[in-house]
Amino acid sequence: MIALFLRDLKLSIRAGGGAMIGVLFFMTVVAVIPFGVGPDLNLLARIGPAILWIGALLASLLGLDRLFQAEREDGSLDLMLMQETPLLVTVFVKCAAHWAATGLPLVIAAPLLGLFMNMDELAIGATMLTLLVGTPAITFIGAVGAAVAVSLPRGGLLVSILVLPLAIPVLIFGVSAVYAAIEDPAPFLPPLMILAAITLFFAVIGPVAAAAALRHASD
Amino acid sequence: MRLVAEGLSARRGEDLIFNDISFALGAGEALVVTGPNGSGKSTLLRVLAGLLMAEKGSLKLENGPPEMRHPSELSHYLGHRNAMKRELTVAENLSFWKNFMGDSPGGSGRDLAEAVEAVGLPGIAHLPFGYLSAGQQRRMAMAKLLVAHRPIWILDEPTAALDAGADKLFAGLVNAHLDKGGIVIAATHQPLGLERIQELRMTGFSGVDGGLWHDA
Repeated sequence: MIALFLRDLKLSIRAGGGAMIGVLFFMTVVAVIPFGVGPDLNLLARIGPAILWIGALLASLLGLDRLFQAEREDGSLDLMLMQETPLLVTVFVKCAAHWAATGLPLVIAAPLLGLFMNMDELAIGATMLTLLVGTPAITFIGAVGAAVAVSLPRGGLLVSILVLPLAIPVLIFGVSAVYAAIEDPAPFLPPLMILAAITLFFAVIGPVAAAAALRHASD
Repeated sequence: MRLVAEGLSARRGEDLIFNDISFALGAGEALVVTGPNGSGKSTLLRVLAGLLMAEKGSLKLENGPPEMRHPSELSHYLGHRNAMKRELTVAENLSFWKNFMGDSPGGSGRDLAEAVEAVGLPGIAHLPFGYLSAGQQRRMAMAKLLVAHRPIWILDEPTAALDAGADKLFAGLVNAHLDKGGIVIAATHQPLGLERIQELRMTGFSGVDGGLWHDA
């Protein structure tokens, strides 16, 4: 299983891999916001956490459709389906590798982009923490969409449409946790805990559903 | 160990691809599946590999390991696609499959250098898989059969894109596998030069002719 994790990491870093595309997209989206909104520093600081979260959500969706499709195209998926290892473990490891290659860079890039949005240290820290807790959920939800669309040649858009509604709670609780951290009366922990619960919930449900979809998609 | 299929039939969409196929293969025996294009050879092999559900019938492994759920867990499947990543080197590809698949009980896979040597391409394992020619890629996909031990080999057109020398080399590999008590099921148009084979002739949508299989 470690072999699978390392292989997927290698593949995402090598030419044609998706690791850099997500983080570059994230940077592009967030970097153009100040130009569009104008030089109102207070406004930027206020919408900053929400913009970072929306950017991270959209960037996580990029490249999700290739999660299983690339394996299917070269026949690797057939061999993975045949093994004694339960398929849901394989799916879980693939998700973990995908998150490490595409989700983690978003978390690391967030402070720099927070500066673009004139956010203070507390807001940047809270955004990083919520992204760290919340983005794995997007990957696990996305895995289900990717598995459903695995045999469609242009499944990318479909995956986004399938995944986005399910990812909305992640966005809501992620952003509300950040605002709770910077605005005094609201407590920070409850939304963060719910965010963590969403991630754990989908870490279990996602691989099971994705594995079931992959079994039925094989032809 | 004995692989027994009874009354297998499979469907793709609405169409019945084949009907009532039965065979039994003991250790060291091979089954060659022949027939015209579209007669259901690949479908049969995918059913045997557990990748497609059979419409009817059963596939059993007698005297196999007790904890096994489906014979596919003890099988190698070499399909039309090579299951190797173009971006990774040959060695990375092979060592991934060696680690990921592991060995079935009762044998151990060869190490990488030995497997690459056995398919006649020593010294190019450091190249990305995508750099190789179609024939070289196919040979490296065969090396995958050697690095992880599986008693059952399911091969779909294994020698497509191979030259005559590689055909012979491949027949050698298959024979060595049979000598060690393995089971081979291969769909092919070309004669593989194998001994001890049964032949299954697929005739397409009308089902299978006559006696289901005859000794060649």
